[in-house]
Amino acid sequence: MSEAGVIKKFLYLNRKAPYGTIYALESLEVVLISAAFEQDVSLAFVDDGVFQLKKDQKTDAIGMKNFSPIYNALGDYDITKLYVEKESLEARGLTLDDLMDVTYEDEDDDWAEKPAIQLVSKTEMADIMESQDVVLSF
Amino acid sequence: MATINVAGKDVEVDEEGYLTNLADWNEEIGAFLASQDELELTDAHWEIINFLREYYDEYQIAPAVRVLTKAIGKKMGKDKGNSKYLYELFPYGPGKQACRFAGLPKPTGCI
Amino acid sequence: MLLHTVNKSPFEKNSLETCLSLAKAGSSVLLIEDGVYAVQKGSQADAMISDALKTVNFYVLGPDLDARGMAADNMIDGIKTVDYNGFVDLVADHKAVQAWL
Repeated sequence: MSEAGVIKKFLYLNRKAPYGTIYALESLEVVLISAAFEQDVSLAFVDDGVFQLKKDQKTDAIGMKNFSPIYNALGDYDITKLYVEKESLEARGLTLDDLMDVTYEDEDDDWAEKPAIQLVSKTEMADIMESQDVVLSF
Repeated sequence: MATINVAGKDVEVDEEGYLTNLADWNEEIGAFLASQDELELTDAHWEIINFLREYYDEYQIAPAVRVLTKAIGKKMGKDKGNSKYLYELFPYGPGKQACRFAGLPKPTGCI
Repeated sequence: MLLHTVNKSPFEKNSLETCLSLAKAGSSVLLIEDGVYAVQKGSQADAMISDALKTVNFYVLGPDLDARGMAADNMIDGIKTVDYNGFVDLVADHKAVQAWL
């Protein structure tokens, strides 16, 4: 994929809540696999996709794997941009405080811990999408 | 579903020899799985295996080799955080093989 | 009376909206799976649910709330949380179950 060292911008667009359907988990798996190709990867959370980042998920009683801690490992895979659409959060009665503190360690800045989640407006999200080479929708 | 018998107890494994249930794991099983690959686990092996288990506990995934190498380097120094060191310990791949001994699933993104 | 169950997010499907438009006064609505996202105070679904609460009984399945991290204090007042046993009791106490998919 990175023939001739060309790095492309990949955006994974997440629009589904976790657990009710398999989309969220499938998206994460594809993201982790594609990380091996060393492309410029970012994730976008729009509509019910914002629920994937909700804090305090505890799945013991429903017998499913809680995969929300995986978002915190994305930094190790050099995925450090998680864009969350502000309008989607607000429509669901949520704020940034309701989301997990997803962080990454910046290797180029003495491993300083930095927030990975960026709250963006609809207009900003549209620009982010427009600037990609590839958008994959889940 | 295949099973292995360790110390008189049957434990389920998948077709590639990875434990089906993470909770079944103990050090005896780890050593047994290594013996299937004709490896005797030393402290150096256990250091990596325990690191993998802690990583899984925190993030719910087994790290890809590249991620593991970087993370080991950060925690234990460059002497250990390199492919040569890790492949010497786990000749079939520090991701695939060490994760199997650790009772974890095969790393996602391991190709 | 009927027990209505809704398992879809109110922000993605109109299952809850149609359910509430057809649920008679005195009947019960149980939110399960992705349906539980409706409980959050201040969302776009809040007014519709708060209005329905005047005439129907609202329940939400606790284990599905916990899984989705929605079991906090920001739940619309008047919605009762039930566990799996409570779910069974609700089914037993109603004439029939109508599942809104």
